[in-house]
Amino acid sequence: MAVAISASQRKFERVNEIIQKHNGKKSALIAILQEIQEEYRYLPEEILTYVATAMDLSPATVFGVATFYAQFSLEPKGKYIIKVCDGTACHVRGSGPLYKSIRKKVGLQDGKFTTEDMNFTVETVSCLGACGLAPVVTINEKVYGQMTPEGIEIIIEKLMGKEDNQ
Amino acid sequence: MVQKINSQQILTDAKNSAIERLEHDSIRVLICAGTGCVAGGSLEVAAAIQTATAGDMKTQVSFIEDGCEGIAVKTSGCHGFCAMGPLVRIEPLGLLYCKVTVEDVPEIVEKTIKKGETIERLAYRHPSTDEIYPVEHEIPFYKNQTRIGLMNCGIIDPEDLGEYLAHDGYQALAKVLGMNSQEVVDQIKAAGLRGRGGGGFSTGQKWQFALNEDREQKYVICNGDEGDPGAFMDRSIMEGDPHKVIEGLMIAGYATGANAGYLYVRAEYPLAVKRLRKAIKDAEEAGLLGENILGTDFSFKALIKEGAGAFVCGEETALMASIEGERGMPKPKPPFPAQKGLWGCPTTINNVETLANVPNIILKGVEWFRSLGTDKSPGTKTFAITGDVANTGLIEVPMGLTLREILFDIGGGIRNNKEFKAVQIGGPSGGCLTPEHLDMPLDFDSLAKVGAMIGSGGLVVMDNETCIVEVARFFMEFTQNESCGKCVLCREGTKRMLEILQRIVDGEGEMKDIDNLLDIAYAVKDGSLCGLGKTAPNPVLTTLKYFYDEYVAHIQDKKCPAGICEALKGYSINADKCKGCSKCARVCPVGAITGEIKKPYKLDQDKCIKCGACVSACPFNAVEVG
Repeated sequence: MAVAISASQRKFERVNEIIQKHNGKKSALIAILQEIQEEYRYLPEEILTYVATAMDLSPATVFGVATFYAQFSLEPKGKYIIKVCDGTACHVRGSGPLYKSIRKKVGLQDGKFTTEDMNFTVETVSCLGACGLAPVVTINEKVYGQMTPEGIEIIIEKLMGKEDNQ
Repeated sequence: MVQKINSQQILTDAKNSAIERLEHDSIRVLICAGTGCVAGGSLEVAAAIQTATAGDMKTQVSFIEDGCEGIAVKTSGCHGFCAMGPLVRIEPLGLLYCKVTVEDVPEIVEKTIKKGETIERLAYRHPSTDEIYPVEHEIPFYKNQTRIGLMNCGIIDPEDLGEYLAHDGYQALAKVLGMNSQEVVDQIKAAGLRGRGGGGFSTGQKWQFALNEDREQKYVICNGDEGDPGAFMDRSIMEGDPHKVIEGLMIAGYATGANAGYLYVRAEYPLAVKRLRKAIKDAEEAGLLGENILGTDFSFKALIKEGAGAFVCGEETALMASIEGERGMPKPKPPFPAQKGLWGCPTTINNVETLANVPNIILKGVEWFRSLGTDKSPGTKTFAITGDVANTGLIEVPMGLTLREILFDIGGGIRNNKEFKAVQIGGPSGGCLTPEHLDMPLDFDSLAKVGAMIGSGGLVVMDNETCIVEVARFFMEFTQNESCGKCVLCREGTKRMLEILQRIVDGEGEMKDIDNLLDIAYAVKDGSLCGLGKTAPNPVLTTLKYFYDEYVAHIQDKKCPAGICEALKGYSINADKCKGCSKCARVCPVGAITGEIKKPYKLDQDKCIKCGACVSACPFNAVEVG
């Protein structure tokens, strides 16, 4: 466990920097958690407890905020985060079947959102505001409009190929 | 070092020199860099045009008589015609090219930029008349619009303060600084501006409440938490004309006596955040934000707060809780934000589009504003038309236009010539309108009468292949997910309604479910604190009102008339179309299809597992689903 401890110590250093940048202000809690998540790709439980102690807040307050907003994830996410927009416009243009076919393509079983190899996380998002291009899928920050199950499969296959070659 | 714009005279000078700079560019190429077009590759197109026109291009331009002084290739905010993106606009020719790819760039440079020729294949072609419209303002989609809030979107480079100044930027601010706060409030009141975020409350009245409070510290907030799925006008304004939003916010600040303002932008809009940050930085550097603006006593600080993904934060009190770093849960009103808002201080919250209207009202006057729209709903409204409509995109029209004019004249009708079934207006809190409402004027009051609301202005069009019960279930799933959980009726009621709707689309509904739905719907409406809960049952109530038969079909006949609900899909073979080739019978994994060669085959519903293999196998489209 020695390695893990030193790794988490490093983690806390970066967390301290982020908290200090915002002067530890309670009103900046959301921004602080956003930056931490950007750094670690999710909000590890021990970091949330640490943030609470460092900012003199109760862990319940920090967990409360972290679990309230959809943007925060308490579980690690994959290298490629595939978001299927399920806003109304996308929904009526077939985001449901699209979501199913993506899950099938990356091999996700019931209840899971991230693949075993940590390459893909598949989730739905309420509305990306690109409704003119419905249905929309984003992979990390790249937006793909007017997607079809066939089209997205080709894109995912390319990403899978890239991972296999590494 | 940027010159500080610290007096009205310098602002006028800055405007004139910005105009001069723009006029210097005989040719302006504007590539749409809204989220939609960027997804279609518009940034690559912009880079290609920039590369191709770099160097000594002006000597090669032949169509401008006095020779060309300069060519500007700029990325702009959303042009609105998202269905046709990536869009490229070429001035002074007024041309709009649609679906432009990098491969088209050499031809655009050679023919249009150098010689002023139109490339017909890139121009908009009307899908039914086949007519070609190369000039933007002649395209039916644009022709029937009146753009005020979106005036600069697609026209200016949103990251260039100078371009905003050239288009009367910050002139309205300069004008109000010569008035007192009450005069500004009176003008907005007289104009009859109503909140564009959904409620339709009088903006002037809202400002008056805050102005009346005798407190040292007050705040103004721009609500950019555009959470309604199917609406993206606020995103487009923030991305396409960020300075206008800031100017509107500053005027609100001056009118209500606030010296600080927050722009609360949802996390899903990274580009809007980026553009607003740049705009604030540029305005600060130019001295248009900060201390003693334009040499007056007025000081103002603008800050951005990024949301973190919660629909309920569009509600005023929840939004303020979120800015304070808490869970975004609504609080009871009163006290109203105007009395006790952010950190207990009087606070005014206005929607993005509302604020974007303010500078124009100040500059052009009350009469002008009231000449647009209807008596009780003056001005224009932006709508995001999406779903099963030919021309998806962002439009702005005078209030009071009919749904028919919007969907058919501007929207180009239903996609693939299908039948119009319904349109969901105002997001999950709104309601649905049906063919019987096509000739109803769209304004705040007419919509309220039929149980719908303008909301933020999302219009999601649905054709006859959309299952309305499934759509109601979809909205309920959304509001159930987004319910913050504070009010028991909203938290539990939406959950139970969702369960019932799920049962119905799964083919397990009973007739008493409809009564239960209605009972719970009214209870949730009455027993919730904020707008989310109060309006969550709207989609169920309006669909039950207009599409009762469809619910009954799901429950009693176990059929989905639109053929969408998986559990209710029934496959059958159309005997007239079937040629008896046996392909379907051979692919059926459960032997549900039987028959003799060259005679119509039959499908046994009891054996059928609804896998759809027969549908794909049939060369004659004889297998029907529904």
